[in-house]
Amino acid sequence: MTLESLEKTAAEGPPPESPATAGEPTLPEPPPSAEKRFLRYGMMPHMLCPGCGHGIVFEAMLRALSSRYEQLDDIAFVAGIGCSSRVVGYVDACTLHTTHGRPLTFATGLKLARPELKVVVVTGDGDGLSIGGNHLIHAARRNVDLTCVLFNNEIYGMTGGQLAPTTIPGAYTSTSPQGNAETPFDAARLVEAAGATYVARAQSYRTREFEEVFLQALDHRGFSFVEVMTDCTEYFGRTNRLGNGADLLFSQARVEPAIDADLAGRSTLQEVPPRPVRPVLEMGVLHESSRPTLDQAMKLSGAGS
Amino acid sequence: MLTQIEGSKAVAEAVGLCRPEVVCAYPISPQTHIIEAVGAMVKAGRLGSCQFINVESEFAAMSVSIGASAMGARAYTATASQGLLFMAEAVYNAAGLGLPIVMTVANRAIGAPINIWNDHSDAMSVRDSGWIQLFAETNQEAADLHILAFRLAEELSVPVMVCVDGFVLTHAVERVDLPEQDQVDRFLPPFEPRQVLDPDEPVTIGAMVGPEAFTEVRYLAHALQLQALARIPSLATEFAAAFGRRSGGLVRPYRMEDAETVVLALGSVLGTVKDAVDSLREAGHRLGVLGVTTFRPFPAAAIADALSSARRVVVIEKAFSIGGHGILGADVALALGRSGRDGPRVHDVVAGLGGRPITEASLRRMLAEASEGRLPDFTFLDLDRGLVERELRRMDATRRSGPSAENLLRDLGVASTRIG
Repeated sequence: MTLESLEKTAAEGPPPESPATAGEPTLPEPPPSAEKRFLRYGMMPHMLCPGCGHGIVFEAMLRALSSRYEQLDDIAFVAGIGCSSRVVGYVDACTLHTTHGRPLTFATGLKLARPELKVVVVTGDGDGLSIGGNHLIHAARRNVDLTCVLFNNEIYGMTGGQLAPTTIPGAYTSTSPQGNAETPFDAARLVEAAGATYVARAQSYRTREFEEVFLQALDHRGFSFVEVMTDCTEYFGRTNRLGNGADLLFSQARVEPAIDADLAGRSTLQEVPPRPVRPVLEMGVLHESSRPTLDQAMKLSGAGS
Repeated sequence: MLTQIEGSKAVAEAVGLCRPEVVCAYPISPQTHIIEAVGAMVKAGRLGSCQFINVESEFAAMSVSIGASAMGARAYTATASQGLLFMAEAVYNAAGLGLPIVMTVANRAIGAPINIWNDHSDAMSVRDSGWIQLFAETNQEAADLHILAFRLAEELSVPVMVCVDGFVLTHAVERVDLPEQDQVDRFLPPFEPRQVLDPDEPVTIGAMVGPEAFTEVRYLAHALQLQALARIPSLATEFAAAFGRRSGGLVRPYRMEDAETVVLALGSVLGTVKDAVDSLREAGHRLGVLGVTTFRPFPAAAIADALSSARRVVVIEKAFSIGGHGILGADVALALGRSGRDGPRVHDVVAGLGGRPITEASLRRMLAEASEGRLPDFTFLDLDRGLVERELRRMDATRRSGPSAENLLRDLGVASTRIG
């Protein structure tokens, strides 16, 4: 659709429906692109906000999967509660929706029952690092053979923008109206220290790099962890006056002093500069090692298979 | 001060007027607006030195509250649904230790299947924990009950849970008369803890107790609830004198004179029930309403007294004991059975699960059946029997019939999730 046609519509109202479709409600045909064949169209419209980085990451996941798989029947997606976890509802695969924070425990049970399945856990910074943080370090310690993708948008999006354990110091959320006084987790380094055997970090700004590490994580035998930085436009972006979805996306690429230096000491939201400034984070593969996985240690599957 | 205010904000304002010293919570719908509003009050400097802490889970929220209360601080938290279940161990712990924490529960259903809307399954799941449980009918009462809750909790050193219907009350904007600070200060004296961790007078809180005294410790908790049963009515009278309106108390009768059929319920549904009863009375049905404000301790004698001349009781409840019966209904039947009188017949009607609207039309239909003696003992309001039967047939026909909740949604055309 062109801008011209949009303006025409705005000025003159919608064009008359063609006789072939007038009065006939029609379901949207799935577009032919490879990644979109994995979508559950019955679940549309999705619940992500305009500009949300999760949709970008989700599309990149599907694109990566479509480069590798014809169908997803041998993959089980497990998710908890939150905006990130919700995207699993849109994948046309075996999906297990769990309670808040517990996807890694459900996934551990799933993997032990069906070691031959590829298991992908989709979690968020609230789900995976806060209420489910304990399970994250233990899944890493056990080296459970699965891939955990943690969407880090630095906030609780689904409940309306509360403080998360990843919120940048000084940032405003609905439960840190004075600015966050706490130190955030470095999720990637946390799981590495806990024993994960593949750890990478990516961002919604560079989806090709995300796809690359996501595929490596899928190939990895053992607990593979991909932290992907995404943006909550509605609550984090807006509350902190950091611009729209595009502004936030570009801010991921900028190499500037951390946001905390900028926000600290500012008493009102109005004083926050309109341009977003993000901490510089190390991207790419951060750690890779090899040791027996949980199912190997329990002799559920052949070593090294 | 009269104001138009969202239920959550009215609760937050009331909590703020009670001068909490530590507030700690984890976001969960439909509670979150309450804690956000308290956070904003702390930020605005309205709560003095009150400490507001974000934690990693509800389990941590209650645990922090326990620590704060054990140090003699007035502690408050709020949660709902899965959050209340997740903190259940600490909920029992707070009651077992006799720490006067006040908690709002913005009542919401429990999954699976996940459902964010209102019913009472969450509060019912911890009804045996030793917490006092009060249910608000309106936003005015939701605000008032918190002031009463702090007073009651601290007098008896028992934790109090104020149950406020999620969305129906928490997200509804209503007219609320918010008290003035000096009124609340006169009603609620500064917290004088019965037990406090103090280096000058060291004590142990939370010691292990074996069979030699555990029964007695538990009976003591029961005795405190019995004291609350005696104290709640007089406290409601004191409240009325201090604030000029009635809130709290054990039970609240409405048009009970000459009522043959009495409807008994908890929480906000009472408003719709009263409307239904008003219109049925005009049609000649002799109906009355008994609202239960205090659910734990259970006001058995007050209920049996109020129902003494009724022929039948219809208990409407937003939760039930799966495989058993209604929860409030069973308590009412027991209260009547033990009263030694030939009591009315108790009909249990489960309604409003997971946010299904309890409409006046459905209530009128059901109550007309009841007053004509045609209502079964245990029913579900507006149950779509066809939907259930279809799934039962599917389960019979195919072993791998798939997840039922998703099947039902597909039958309703709500979602088209693929199976297998």
